[in-house]
Amino acid sequence: MTIDLTTKYLGLELANPLVPSSNPLTGKLDSLKRLEDAGAAAVVLPSLFEEQIEHEEIEIARLYDYQSDSFAESMGYFPEMDTYNTGPEKYLELVADAKKQLGIPVIASLNGTSKGGWVRYAQEIQQAGADALELNIYVVPTDVLETSRDVEAGYCELIQAVRQETTIPIAVKMGPFFSSLPNLADQFSRAGADGLVLFNRYLEPDIDLENLCFSPELLLSRPDELRRTLRWIAILRDQVFISLAATSGIHTTEDALKALLVGADVTMMASALLQRGPAVIKLILSEMTTWLEERGYTSVRQMQGSMSRLRAAEPEKLERSNYMQALTSFTFQEKW
Amino acid sequence: MKNEFVTVDGNEAAARVAFAINEVIAIYPITPASPMGEFSDAWAAAGRPNVFGLVPDVIEMQSEGGAAGAVHGALQGGALTTTFTASQGLLLMIPNMFKIAGELTPAVIHVAARTVATHALSIFGDHSDVMAVRSTGFAMLAASTVQEAHDFALISQTASLRSRIPFLHFFDGFRTSHEINKIHPLSDDDIRSQLDRELIHQHRSRALDPDRPVLRGTAQNPDVFFQAREAANTFYDQVPVNLQSEFDKFAARTGRKYQAFDYIGAADADRIIVAMGSGCGAIEEAVEHLNSQGARVGLVNVRLYRPFHIDNFLSAIPKTVNRIAVLDRTKEPGATGEPLYQDVITAVAESWSASHGPNLPLVIGGRYGLSSKEFTPAMVAAVFGELASEQPKRHFTVGIYDDVTGLSIPWDDDEFHEPDDVIRAVFYGLGSDGTVGANKNSVKIVGENTSLHAQGYFVYDSKKAGAVTVSHLRFSPRPIRSTYLIREANFVACHQFEFLRRMDVLSIAKPGATLLINSPFDADTVWNELTEDVQKQIIEKQLTVYVVDAVKIAREAGMGGRINTVMQTCFFKLANVLPTDEAIEQIKKAIEKTYSKRGRAIVERNYAAVDMSLAGLQKVTVPSEVTSPLKRLPAVSADATDFVQRVTGMIIGGLGDKLPVSALPIDGTFPTGTARYEKRNIALDIPIWDSNICIECGLCALVCPHAAIRTKQFDRQCLADAPAEFPVRISKDGSTGLTIQVAPEDCTGCGVCVDVCPAKSKEAVKHKAINMEPKVDHLEREKSRFEFFINLPEVDRASVKTETVKGSQLLLPLFEYSGACAGCGETPYLKLMTQLFGDRAIVANATGCSSIYGGNLPTTPWSKNADGRGTAWANSLFEDNAEFGLGIRLALDSRRDEAERLLKSLAADVGDALVTEILNADQRSEEGLAAQRSRIADLKAKLATIGTDAANELSQLVDILLRRSMWIVGGDGWAYDIGYGGLDHVLASGRDVNILVLDTGVYSNTGGQASKATPRAATAKFAANGRESHRKDLGMMAVAYGNVYVAQIAMGSNPAQTVRAFHEAESYPGPSLILAYSHCIAHGIDMSTSMTHQKDIVRSGLWPLYRFDPRKAHAGDHPFHLDSRKPDLRFRDVAMKEARFAMLTRSNPEQANRLFDLAQKDINDTWHLYEQMAGVDRDIADVM
Repeated sequence: MTIDLTTKYLGLELANPLVPSSNPLTGKLDSLKRLEDAGAAAVVLPSLFEEQIEHEEIEIARLYDYQSDSFAESMGYFPEMDTYNTGPEKYLELVADAKKQLGIPVIASLNGTSKGGWVRYAQEIQQAGADALELNIYVVPTDVLETSRDVEAGYCELIQAVRQETTIPIAVKMGPFFSSLPNLADQFSRAGADGLVLFNRYLEPDIDLENLCFSPELLLSRPDELRRTLRWIAILRDQVFISLAATSGIHTTEDALKALLVGADVTMMASALLQRGPAVIKLILSEMTTWLEERGYTSVRQMQGSMSRLRAAEPEKLERSNYMQALTSFTFQEKW
Repeated sequence: MKNEFVTVDGNEAAARVAFAINEVIAIYPITPASPMGEFSDAWAAAGRPNVFGLVPDVIEMQSEGGAAGAVHGALQGGALTTTFTASQGLLLMIPNMFKIAGELTPAVIHVAARTVATHALSIFGDHSDVMAVRSTGFAMLAASTVQEAHDFALISQTASLRSRIPFLHFFDGFRTSHEINKIHPLSDDDIRSQLDRELIHQHRSRALDPDRPVLRGTAQNPDVFFQAREAANTFYDQVPVNLQSEFDKFAARTGRKYQAFDYIGAADADRIIVAMGSGCGAIEEAVEHLNSQGARVGLVNVRLYRPFHIDNFLSAIPKTVNRIAVLDRTKEPGATGEPLYQDVITAVAESWSASHGPNLPLVIGGRYGLSSKEFTPAMVAAVFGELASEQPKRHFTVGIYDDVTGLSIPWDDDEFHEPDDVIRAVFYGLGSDGTVGANKNSVKIVGENTSLHAQGYFVYDSKKAGAVTVSHLRFSPRPIRSTYLIREANFVACHQFEFLRRMDVLSIAKPGATLLINSPFDADTVWNELTEDVQKQIIEKQLTVYVVDAVKIAREAGMGGRINTVMQTCFFKLANVLPTDEAIEQIKKAIEKTYSKRGRAIVERNYAAVDMSLAGLQKVTVPSEVTSPLKRLPAVSADATDFVQRVTGMIIGGLGDKLPVSALPIDGTFPTGTARYEKRNIALDIPIWDSNICIECGLCALVCPHAAIRTKQFDRQCLADAPAEFPVRISKDGSTGLTIQVAPEDCTGCGVCVDVCPAKSKEAVKHKAINMEPKVDHLEREKSRFEFFINLPEVDRASVKTETVKGSQLLLPLFEYSGACAGCGETPYLKLMTQLFGDRAIVANATGCSSIYGGNLPTTPWSKNADGRGTAWANSLFEDNAEFGLGIRLALDSRRDEAERLLKSLAADVGDALVTEILNADQRSEEGLAAQRSRIADLKAKLATIGTDAANELSQLVDILLRRSMWIVGGDGWAYDIGYGGLDHVLASGRDVNILVLDTGVYSNTGGQASKATPRAATAKFAANGRESHRKDLGMMAVAYGNVYVAQIAMGSNPAQTVRAFHEAESYPGPSLILAYSHCIAHGIDMSTSMTHQKDIVRSGLWPLYRFDPRKAHAGDHPFHLDSRKPDLRFRDVAMKEARFAMLTRSNPEQANRLFDLAQKDINDTWHLYEQMAGVDRDIADVM
C-alpha cells in the first residue's frame, strides 16, 4: 500500500510535508535544484532584507560622495561602475529563475523596515512569480513606553498593508515571545495571513570576553528547540484556521512526525540540511513512509493534528510550564 | 552621441573624441589630465566601442615615459593611438616625441597644460610644459575653450593623418580641463564624416609587418643624417594647409569655423594682443568692452602654434595695427623673451614690411597667468593701456605686483564689470558637504534644459581633510567665455556658518546681491551671531539675506552632513535662473540621474530634502546698524613668527594673490614648523583622556595621523603651575608625571586613537581611557591644558626606551598637524620616524600624497624641536626620488669624509683623545648621540681658538659628524612603478639610505588609480573590472639582493614590530627598505577603525609581516623573520569589508569570484614561500 504524503500549505498542494526553510542552500539555483531532486515539496528562499538594501545603497552613495569634489587632484577615489546591483533586482532574479527551473512551489521571504518597503517589495516579489510570500517580521522592543499592544498592532498593520496590495498567499514567520500567542495568531489571521511559520529564530548576540564586545553569530538550531513549536502548534491548531508550518529544531524523521501529529501542515528544515546535505530529505521521506506504514496510517493528512490540544490525550500537559517534575495522580481524575 | 547640448568639462570634452577615434590608449595618471585617462578606462571597461565599432585597448603604463614608448610602438604597429598627459609627464615623453615626429607618424597627444615644477611644484595651468616640447617636431594646436577642446581633439587627429605630422593638442589645465561649460557634442557620424578612411589605411600600411618588412630607427652617420632630417620639411610646410582644409571641412558640417590664427576685434585696430589658450576668453571680453567705448583694439588667438606659419599669422593682423603685445603663459628665464613673443618678433622682422608696409610695429611681450594665476579683462585693459603709453615696457608681467624688478603693470579691477544679465553665483562649501557636486549638477540642469548658457569652475584648497571649496557659476543668455573667477557675485551662498567667522566671504558680493547662509540660527537670531565685518558689508552693500538650517533639514531627510541638495533648492528659489517649480522638477531629474544607479534609498532621501527645503528658507530683516562685538578670527595665531604673520598668514587668509614678489622666497626655500600656526578647528568631536583608566601603552599617540594626541613624561615638580585639574598619572615612585593631551584645534576628529585604545572602564565597557566628545564642550579647557602641556619640558631622550611603543611615544613628534585626510594611514609612520630620528633626519620625498600634505603651501607639518633641530625636507620629482635621496646621501658622506679628514689633520691642535672619540663614536643609541653632540660642541669651542684655515673650514662642517639619518619617502606609485628603476639602483648601491614606502596599493593623490602594488581583485581607477594580476612583491625583490634590510610592516597590526623595524632599518649601515601598509580613503573603509582593520588584513595573509636583516645572516642566524602568524582569516571575508573589493562583487560578481579565488591562491602561495624563506640560511658577503 502506498502512503499518501501530500499536504496543503498556504493553499498550495504539496507532494509531501517537507519544505526547506530560508537558508543559504535556498539562495542558489544549483542547490535549489538539489533540494528539489532530493524530494523537497516546496522551498522558502532566503529573505530579502529591506534594511540591507537600504544600508548598501546609502553606503555606496556615501562611498562615492566621501572626499569627492574636495581636492583639485582627485574628484573622486573610485571608478564609476556600470551598475551597482544595489536594489532588489538580484533577489527578484533569483525568484524568477527558481520559478523557471523548479517544478515545486517557490515561496519568497521578505524582511522589511518601512511600510512602503514591505508593500513595494512584496508586489515586486509577486510580479517575479513567487507562489507565496513569507513575511519575516520581527521587532526588538527596547523602550519601556512601548506596549505589547503597540507592537502587535504594528505587526497587523503590516500584514494588512501587504495583503491589500498582493494576491499571492502570505505566511507570517513569527517569534514565540508574546503574552498571548493564540490571540495574536488570530489577529494575524484576521489581518490577512494565510499561514503562520512557527517560529522565527533570532540572531542573538554572544559576548567576546577578550574584547568585551557583543559577537552576533547565528547558531544552527538544536533538536530540543522543537518542543516549543510542538506546544504552540498543538494549542493553535484547533483555533486558528490557517496553515501552520513547524520550523526550528526539526532534524530527524521523528521530529517531523511529531510536528505533523500536533497539526503542522508542513515541517521546515534548515540546520539539518546544512549539516547533512539535501539528501536528508529523501531519507526522512522514506523513514516517514515506513513509520506511517508500520502503524497503519494511509496518509499524512490522517495523522496531521491528531495530537492537537483538543485531540490529544492529556492536553493539560501542554499548558503546564513550570513544574519541577511531572505531577503524578494517584487517583482517578475527577472532572470538576 | 546625439547632437544636443551637453555640459561637460574640458577633459571629458577631449576624451570623448579621443576615445571615439583611437584603437590604443596608453595612460598614466597626472593632474590635471588624469580624468581623460579615467574616462577612457571606464568606457573601455564598460565595453563602449569607438566609431569603428571596436573597444579601444586602454593600458595603464608605469610612467609617462612608458606611455610614450607604448604609443610609439602602437603607432609603429599601425594602430590609431593616443595618450593624455601634462607637465612633468609631457617632459618624460620628449624622447619618444622626437622619434614619433621624426618618423612622420600621425598621432595626437592631448595635454591639459600645466606648470612644470621649478622652485615649486604646481598642479595648476600654464604653458611651461607645452613650450618645453616645442622643438620635438610635433605640431601644436591650442584650444581655448571647452568646445574647442572637443572640436580640436578631432581636428588635430584628422589633420595629423592628413599631414603625417603628429599633433600636440593642448588646452589650459584646470581653467579649461576642469571648467564645465555647455557645448555642442560631436555625434559619431560627425566624427566619421571628418575621418578620411584612406588616410587611416595609409597609416596602417606604413606599419611594421613581416609581409612587407622595412627597417625604421636606423643609426645614421654624419654623411646623411642632416640631409635625412631635412627631408621632412615639406610635410611641415603643408601642415597649415592641411589643418585649414580640416577646419573648413569641419565648419561645413558643424558651422563652427576656426583658423590657424583667428582675429577678433576692430577691423581697423591700432593695438592688438597676441595670445594662446584660455586667456583669450578674458581678452575677447576686454576687446569687446574697450571697442564699445571707442577704442580700436583686437586679439590674434593663436591656435596652430607649431608649425608657426608667418604669412598666416601676419595676414590675420589688420593693416592698421602699429602696436602689438604678445602674452605668454610661461617663463623662459634668461631668454630674449618668451617663446610666442620671439616667434612674433621673428615674423614681424621677416615679413611685416612685405605684408603691412615699411613701418614696423612696436612689439612688447608680457607674462601672465603662471600656475593658473587669475587673468581678467581688467588686466587685459591694463595691457592695452600699457601698449598705448608713451614708452611701453618691452617686457612686463601682469596679474602680480613685482616690487623687485618692477616688471609688473598695474591694473584696475573697476576697469571692467560683467554684464548685468549674467547671473553670477559663488558658493563657499566644504569638500564633505557636497557643494561642488550639487553645483556641477546645477550647471548641467541649466545648460542642458534651458536656452541659457552655463559655466562652472571650482576652486579647492590643498587640504585633504576639511577642505574648503569655492564654486563659481555663471548663467548667461550668451556663450560664456569668462575664463576667470567671479569677482562681483549677485548671489553668494555660505554653506558653512563658521566660514563667516574666519574667512572674508562677502567681499565677492556685488552691492544688492542675495546672500544665502546655511545657519543653525533662524532669521530672528542670526544677526547677533555675525561678526562685525560681515554685518558691515551686509549693510553697506545692501545685501538681501536668507537663512536656512540646512543641517537640520538634511539630517531629517536622512542625508547626514550632505546639505548640498537643500542649498541647491534654495539657490534655485532665490537666484531666478529658472521658475522654482521647474527648477525643482529638474533638480529631481538630476538626482534621479546621478543616484538611481546606486539605488532608490538615496534618491528618495534627496527628494525628501528637496521637498523640505523651501519651508525652511527664511528672509532676514537686516538692521540698519552694525551691532556685533564679534571679530573675524585671525588666520594664524598671535605667537607666529614674523614670516608666518606676513606671508603664510596672508596665504591662509586667502590673500596670497596680494603678496608682492618681494614677500616670497627667491628659491623656493621655506621655514618648517608652520602647520602649528594654522588652527583649522575642523573636528566636531575630539578625544578626551580619562587618566584613571589609562594603561600608558602609547598606542593612541602612535596611531594619531596628525600628532594631535601626545604623550609626555615630566618631572612632577613641573606641575606647580598646571591649570586646574590638569590630568596626570603619577609614577609609582612619585617622581614623574605622565599626561596624554589632545591638541583640540588641530585634531581632525578621526577617532582612530579611541578605536585602538585597549583600556576600558570596569564599570561601563564603552568608556575607554580616551573617548570622543563634542569639541564645543571641551575646547577652552583643552586649549589651556594643551598650552601648558606643550610647554612642559621634553623628556631626556637618552632616558627613554625608544625601541618600545610606549617609549617612542614619549618623544617629540617633528611631523605635526598635516593636511592629510582624517585617519590617514601614511602619516603615523612619518610621525614615528621623526620621533625616533627627526632631529637628525633628511627626507627626500617623492611627489604624491606625502609631498602634498608635507609640502603644499601654506604650511608644512615638518617641524623642529626647541633647539631648532628638525627634519630637513625636499621634493624633487615623482620619478627620481630614490636617486635624489641617494644624491643627498652621497653629499652627506662626502661632507662627513671631508670633516673627518680635516679633524684628523687637526689632531695635534684639537687633542688626540677628542679626535679619536669623535671618529670612533658609537652613535647607535640616543645616549651615544647625546655624547657625540657634546663632543662636537667641545670641538667647536676648540676650533674657535685654533683659528687656522683648516680649523675654520672644519667649523663649517663639524655638525656633519653627528650621524645623519637619510630617508627616502614615497608612495607605491613611485616605488613600484614610475620610480622603480631608480629605487632598484639605489638598493643595489649599498649606500646607507632608508627607504620608506607608504604603501596604499594605489595612486592615492591623483584619486586612486591602480599601481603594481594594487592587490588582485581590488577595483581602482584604471582597473574598474578588478586588478587582474598579483601585486608585485617588492619586498622579496629587494631581499634577493641579500645586502638590503627589508621590513614589511603594518602599524595597526603589530606596532611593536613597526617600531623595531624602524630602528633596525635606520641602524643598518646599508640600504634599508620598509614597506609600510597604509590604509587609505581609496580603500573604501571606515577610517575610524582603519588601524584595527589592519589586524584582519595581516591575519588574512594579504600583508604578511616580516623583517629581513642581513646582519643576522652574518651572525649565523636566519636573516628572514616572519613576524605574523599563518593566515587564519579567509581573504574574501576580510576583503568584503573594503569597498574596493566589495564593489566588484556588485558590479561583476563572476569576475569577483574568479579574482577572489586567484587572490586566495596568491596568498596561500606567498605564505608558503615566506615560510620556506624563514628557514633559509644566507651567507651574505657584502655585510660586515
